[in-house]
Formats: sequence, C-alpha cells, structure tokens
Amino acid sequence: MSPFVFNRKLASFLLLFLGAQAAMAQTPPPASDEPELVEFDTAKTRSIAVPALVAPSPVDTPAGNSAALGRQIAEVISANLRASGVFETQGPNGLRAIGLAEVTAPQFGYWKARPVEQLVQGFVRVGGDGNLTVGCYLYDVGFGSETTRLGFNVPPRDWRRAAHKCADAIYSRLTGELPFFDSRIAYIAESGPKNKRIKRLAIMDSDGANHRFITNGQSTALTPRFSPNYKSILYLSYVDGNPRIYVYDIDSGRQRLITQSSGPTFAPRWSPDGQTILYSMAVSGNTDVYKISASGNGTPVKLTSSPGIDVGGSFSPDGRQIVFESDRSGSQQIYVMNADGSNQRRISFGGGRYATPEWSPRADLIAFTRIAGDFRVGTMRPDGSGERLLTNSWQDEAPTWAPNGRVIQFFRTAKGSGKTSIWQVDLTGSNERQLPTPVDGSDPAWGPVLP
Amino acid sequence: MTKKTIKMAALLLVSTALVAGCGKKKVDNLPPAAEGTDYGQAANDPNAMGAGQIMPGSQEDFLQQVGQFGDRILFETDRFNVDAEDQAILQRQAQWLAQYPSTRITVEGHADERGTRDYNLALGERRANAAKNFLVSIGVDASRIRTVSFGKERPSALGSDEQAWAQNRRAVTVTIR
Repeated sequence: MSPFVFNRKLASFLLLFLGAQAAMAQTPPPASDEPELVEFDTAKTRSIAVPALVAPSPVDTPAGNSAALGRQIAEVISANLRASGVFETQGPNGLRAIGLAEVTAPQFGYWKARPVEQLVQGFVRVGGDGNLTVGCYLYDVGFGSETTRLGFNVPPRDWRRAAHKCADAIYSRLTGELPFFDSRIAYIAESGPKNKRIKRLAIMDSDGANHRFITNGQSTALTPRFSPNYKSILYLSYVDGNPRIYVYDIDSGRQRLITQSSGPTFAPRWSPDGQTILYSMAVSGNTDVYKISASGNGTPVKLTSSPGIDVGGSFSPDGRQIVFESDRSGSQQIYVMNADGSNQRRISFGGGRYATPEWSPRADLIAFTRIAGDFRVGTMRPDGSGERLLTNSWQDEAPTWAPNGRVIQFFRTAKGSGKTSIWQVDLTGSNERQLPTPVDGSDPAWGPVLP
Repeated sequence: MTKKTIKMAALLLVSTALVAGCGKKKVDNLPPAAEGTDYGQAANDPNAMGAGQIMPGSQEDFLQQVGQFGDRILFETDRFNVDAEDQAILQRQAQWLAQYPSTRITVEGHADERGTRDYNLALGERRANAAKNFLVSIGVDASRIRTVSFGKERPSALGSDEQAWAQNRRAVTVTIR
C-alpha cells in the first residue's frame, strides 16, 4: 500500500489539479518518434519564494513538532528546486512567517516587492490518525493568481516525500518536464585505501537524505540497480570469492544468485517492466550479454556471440531494444540490438572509446562514458547522432538517468588518490553539483519516481 | 614505449623500492587476499615460515622458486596476449606446479584504473584465462586452475601514471592451500 493516500477532505478543492497530476505521475514517458533536445533556458532562472509551511495548532509527531516540519518541508522544497538548476529560491530562512489565512490568499503586493516571480505556500496539519496532511500551493506573483495546488496524507516519517512531491509538482508545472525529485538512488559507498577499498551497497533519496548502508563491506559490492518497483536491488558481490550478480530483497534482507553459472556474472540491468534481467557472463574468458527471467526459474538467453568483449547493456524504455558495449571492432564502442539479439549495429563513431551506454527513460537519448584521454560523460541520440559531452574532468564514469530523462548522475574518480564522489549534471552540461554522501561514492543508479 | 620497456620500468621501479626498503624475501606489494583464498596470510603465517624455514609446496615456496615477480605476467592496455617474456614466467610456474601435483592455484586477472568498471571485469577475465590457457597448454591440468577477475578493484601499484598502470595490468598466480 502506498504511503501516499489522497485525502478525501482535500479532494473537493484540489480535484482539478490532482486529476492532471495523477495522470502525469502514472503514465510512462512517451517514446518520441523524433528525438529532440530540450534545453533549459538557464539565462532565465525563475525566482521562487518558499516561506515555511504553516502549522495551525502545532502538535508533536514521531518526526518532530508539526511547526518544525512545516519549516523543514519548505527547506526541502527550496533545496530541490534550487538543485534542479532551473530556479533560484528564497526561503524559508530570511522570509517572514505567514498565517493560515494567507496560504489561500497571498499578499501578492508584498512578494512583488521582494522581488520574486513565483510563490510556494502551504500548510501541515496532523490528523486524528496521526498522519500529516500537507497542502502545497503555487502562485504566479506577477499575474497574482494560483497556478496549481496539491495535497497529500503521509505518515510523519515520510514528510520528506511530501516535500519532494510538492517540489516535483512545481518543477513539472513550470518547466513542462516530468517529475523526478521523489525517487531514490542505489550506489556503492567506498572507504579505505586505494588498494583495499571497502565497497558497500547503500541506498538514499535522490537528494542524499534517508541514507542507509545495506551490506557491511566484508565482501566487495559493485554496480547496483534498483528494481522498477524498488522492492529489490541487482548488484555484484564477491561474497563467494567470485564476481556474481545477486538479487537482494530489501524487505527480507535475503539475496539469491540470478543464475547458477560456473562463469562470473556482472553488469546487471532490469528491463523496464522488471520481468527480465540483462547481464554479462564470461565463459572461458569470453564475455557476452545474456538475459534471463527475473523470476529465477528461467533459462538464460545468450544475445551476443562475438569473440570480443560484449558487456553491459540497457533496455530502451519500450523494452524492444538494448544498447550495449563491445570491443569487437578493436576498441570499446556502443552498439544497439533488438531485444532478441538481432540486428546488432554500431552507433558510436566519434573517435576514442565509448562505454557504459544507458538509455534515457524518455527514449530520446543514450548517455555514455567517452574515453579519449580523460573520461567524460555525454549523450547521443539512439542513432548515434547529436553527440554532446556534458562533463570535463579526469575520470567521470557510469551515467545514470533521472526518471524524467533530464538530469544525469555519474561518479568521478580523483587522479592519484582514487577517491570517488557522485555528481549530478543537467543536459546542457550546466548545474554540475556533488551529491552529499557520508563516505566516498560510486556506481550510482537512479530509480523511477516512487509510486 | 614498447611493452617490454614498460614492463622493465615497472619491475625495476618496484625492485628498487624493495631493495631500498626491506629484506630480500619480503615482497610487500602483493595484492590483498581474495575472499575464499588465504594466500595473503602465508607470508605472515608462523607455521608456514617456521624459523626462517619455508614449507615446500607453500605460497612462500612458490614465490621463492619462481623468483621476484615470477608470480605475475603483465599486459598492454586492453590486451591479453601472452608473449615470449610471459611464457618464460609461466614456464617456471608450471615447473613448480609439476613438483606439487596436488596443489591448486587461482589465477587473478586485473586491469588498470583507466577503464570502465564492467569492461575491466571482462578484461581481467580474459587475462586470467590467457594465463590459464598457456599453463594448460604446457601440461598443467586445467582442473587445478581457478580464475577470478578483480577488474580495477585491487591495484598493486597505487599511482595514477603509466608505470603504475603497467604494473596493474596483470595476471597473478596464487596457490590455494
């Protein structure tokens, strides 16, 4: 059961907006026939004020006093919008407190003078069942009118999700893009010296909050991938001394091999529907790409057969094609094939080596690592055209897409020390920023927007 | 730089450090123990060492018999071919293995840090198997040889330069006790 239960009492006055919003959140991104590159107009960042959400008659909850939550929710909304790179935000620090009546009747004159273009106001109520009702309103200050409103019932411990949902609604409304803040990241937490790195499976919210270590570091863990429903994680572990892919069940804490094989298995990916697992396996030193049913009962299907290294792979959002990496031409390059392995064709021709292709959830682009001297993250269309490099550092590697296909995370390795960190960049190559992690981080894998 | 020059430079660099820094038997740049093997302890195991004694057939004995860096062969970037120099090293390993027919080995394949993670795992597999295949071709029973790839996860040399990378592109033979 989703922790997000729509509040029927709010329904009457939120109905208009929520109908559209629910439809938008549930529908998978449409596959565009004509790839297009949408650029955020970063020269015109919009200024948004986010005063603390009002808590009428504040009460204590397991997550703290509701008045404090009102401020914290505003802080998360503000931080989310700012981190997107599209907006400048003010508040809640430095902004005056607003009253409950003001939530639905903003003082536009006051905000015009700040000056801000957009205003986010809201409230936090604690219901008889102990759950929070969070109302979130977006106003266009210039027009003096309401743009949108949104309401959620959440258990107090999920207050950050209410903030992400509110920020997502505002982001979507103002940019026309799909939401992405209310999502999670699986990654590898790294510590220790370069020749004896401790690598632990860990998960966190898309903004780095709610961090949790999953494995204890006794066995090296690599390359995690959240299942589309967030119930399990595919990852590589050396727990039995060999590199092998396991499915880790988050609720039970149990894991199983994806396939009984004598050879090592690595580079796991889910199909978009979560029914199929793509992986690479070496047999007598030769690596090929395979797929197998996620149920655990299927027979592996071998998709490639070149004598070179065929490795990695990522499904197109419709599940019909797979982009993967092969050195059959003599160096690592990117190839596309049908999901049954037919029609394999190279798409990268820009010079240098190309690795770690990752199909955008919007279908329009493929992200990759380009190796030509330094390692840089870039994107190209699925036919190989329109290549762009988004980062420029000594070693940037392994892009993963935000669920809306408009932001990319990757990891950066420092020359010499080997220290790693997780970074985020938008499709213009602007707004690059480091994600906060408790220790070093690598191999980020972004999951879909939470149900 | 040719492969040979790089290899010589890499080995010379480490040899110099070893001669300068420690006693002649101690090789302190061995890769850390793989999970499931315990060779890493061999060098410090008082039972294996005795009082300056080396137990025949042990990892210590192997390292002494094959000579300094005789436990590993090095590769060029993205390559996994076993050249004449590598063959000589593997021949010595096979000679030692012939003396201890019940001893099994793990061949670990490694890559340098200048590759992507998954590709390097695949490359390490190729290198470990290339070494294994040569050992088998000169008479070592394939059932005695296990392979494992560590990709770029376990560098031997810690720098971010060509000499370090040359040392890290390797296949290392380790005895299993």
